[in-house]
Amino acid sequence: MIRRAPRGLAEHAPILFPALMLVVFFVIPFSLMIAVSVFRRVPGGFYEPDLVFANYERFLTAFFGGVMSFSLGLAALVAALSVGIAFPFTYRLVKLSRGAQIRWLVFLLSILSLSEVIIGFAWSTLLSRTAGITNLFVALGLMAEPQSLSPSFGALLAGLVYQAFPYTVLVLYPALARLDPYLEEAARTLGSSPLRAFFTVVVPALRNTIVATTIMVFVFALGSYLLPQLLGRPQHWTLSVLITDQAIYQSNMPFAAAMAVFLVLVSLALVGLALLAGRREETA
Amino acid sequence: MNETTGKQGLHAALTGGISRRAVMAGAGTLATVAAIGFPNIVRAQSKTLKVGVYGGYFKESFEKHIFPEFSKATGITVEAIAEPTGEAWLVQLEQAARARQAPADVSMMSQVAMLKGASAELWAPFDLSKIPNAAKVVPHLVNKYPDGKVSGIGAVSWYITLVTNTKSYPQAPDSWAALWDPANKDKLGLLALVSNSFLLEVTAATFFGGTKHLDSEQGQLDCFKKLAELKSNVKLWYRDEAQFEASLKSGEIPMGQYYHDVTGLAAADGQPVRSTFPKEGGILDSGSWAVTRASKAGDLAHVFVDYMCQPSIQALLSRKVGTAPTIDRKLTDLTDQEFAAVSSDIAPIIPRYDLYTSKSDWLNQKWTEMIVG
Repeated sequence: MIRRAPRGLAEHAPILFPALMLVVFFVIPFSLMIAVSVFRRVPGGFYEPDLVFANYERFLTAFFGGVMSFSLGLAALVAALSVGIAFPFTYRLVKLSRGAQIRWLVFLLSILSLSEVIIGFAWSTLLSRTAGITNLFVALGLMAEPQSLSPSFGALLAGLVYQAFPYTVLVLYPALARLDPYLEEAARTLGSSPLRAFFTVVVPALRNTIVATTIMVFVFALGSYLLPQLLGRPQHWTLSVLITDQAIYQSNMPFAAAMAVFLVLVSLALVGLALLAGRREETA
Repeated sequence: MNETTGKQGLHAALTGGISRRAVMAGAGTLATVAAIGFPNIVRAQSKTLKVGVYGGYFKESFEKHIFPEFSKATGITVEAIAEPTGEAWLVQLEQAARARQAPADVSMMSQVAMLKGASAELWAPFDLSKIPNAAKVVPHLVNKYPDGKVSGIGAVSWYITLVTNTKSYPQAPDSWAALWDPANKDKLGLLALVSNSFLLEVTAATFFGGTKHLDSEQGQLDCFKKLAELKSNVKLWYRDEAQFEASLKSGEIPMGQYYHDVTGLAAADGQPVRSTFPKEGGILDSGSWAVTRASKAGDLAHVFVDYMCQPSIQALLSRKVGTAPTIDRKLTDLTDQEFAAVSSDIAPIIPRYDLYTSKSDWLNQKWTEMIVG
């Protein structure tokens, strides 16, 4: 292992490929998007190269501010719920026998293979009045008559958390599997209850992993545009839905690009803030 | 019953997404096989025309009843491309044309998309001398550039009507005003975009004496205000047709606006749905054939469009696809009954296409604020 900073081309070589990929698949498309966001919209047509800021001005209104804060709030809630459920789940998972772990992981991977469309339709059927779960409640005598639970905020949240859950588990799994079991055993020997040991030893030991996973799920949920349409009402449409509307249905690429740039900047800023807060705590 | 509805939902989702890929993959394999071993087929391959039609029922009917006959008559193979509804396809065609690609040579385009494409000069002009049958098309269904060149030729007309689930509504509603009826709270499925739902026109025709009311900005605002009153009745603002269609069939969303042709096909399949022409009229929209400027198969496209304008083919479309003819009805051999199945004597609501080009961004913004806010 080289301890000093890499020198010369040969030592830099291993990072050249990922750096190149980052440039090709992130820097170039993002630059193109920034360029398009200042192009001039031709009403009733497409766009022409220019340098105008009308697209950003149009975005800076109370209406889009509201949609933006809803999207961020929703993504944060999805991230908190997913990690909140997945962390204890994964903690239990790594304690199972190897065979059981593999069966669970294969099951979670198979959920990942479902497309967003399938997940959306499945949940809207499950929560529908005509074929949904409330029919079961009626049969069990828990409800008087079947009800429609979708579209609603709850349905949307359920769909998004369902979609994000396998990712969350798979990201948390390696860290939890590697966690030294002696840490917890020491805490138990010193007399703390299992719950206390979990919250005062396991969770703090993995704080960085938890923060990183929360950020990943947050960004993942922020980009969701299909489930809000399938499971939510119009007031639950995220900014990504409106971006899709502008780009795909209104052929207003400049405005869509401006919104997307704004969304990327705000989420980068939030991620930066979260990391900064984490670091400050660490030094304190 | 419960189980079937679930499957239909999934089925609709699956056919929407997969059939197109399957078709394209299949076509790709064929081309490879042909190129390797069969020189004759390679030559035939060069006489292939990629035709874009709306995916789902529409494309299936075209592939089953129309394209094979065309290939038999002309020797031109058709590769059907499933295009998404509305302007999504326009954006894809335009982006592709900038890269000189043609995902489809000739596409069926809605009128708003035709106008937007024309303002970007996306459409290669048609040479009418090569399309003798175009003379039969009703004049207002021939799209023209400002300089008189022909950008598109009427392919089919269709109606958007008031649809209901027959189990939830034993009695068919007779007016668009049913959408505003407080009794229908949380029961409607409506199209999510101002430029494909044409609900401003419906509002103007139902409450303000006609679409002329939309001439002024004040009139447009009146209609937005009136439209906002039906928001609590709407359960689903749909972009994806499959989503509403499945819910309409199951009765989950028992009323709304939908396409007369597809609803008729579903009813013929035994589904509990019906399409009603309200007394204010159905919304009459139409699709035009247009050729992207990036296409290299312009000659074949002319042959195709000419074939599609023939009275016998227009009649076949009405019988098999459920669309209304774009030529004078008297030129076809459609019986009164057959014509009534795809059209109505009630004067239609004609969309104000002019507004969707001149004021598109403003209308879109007001619309989004109305339904999201």
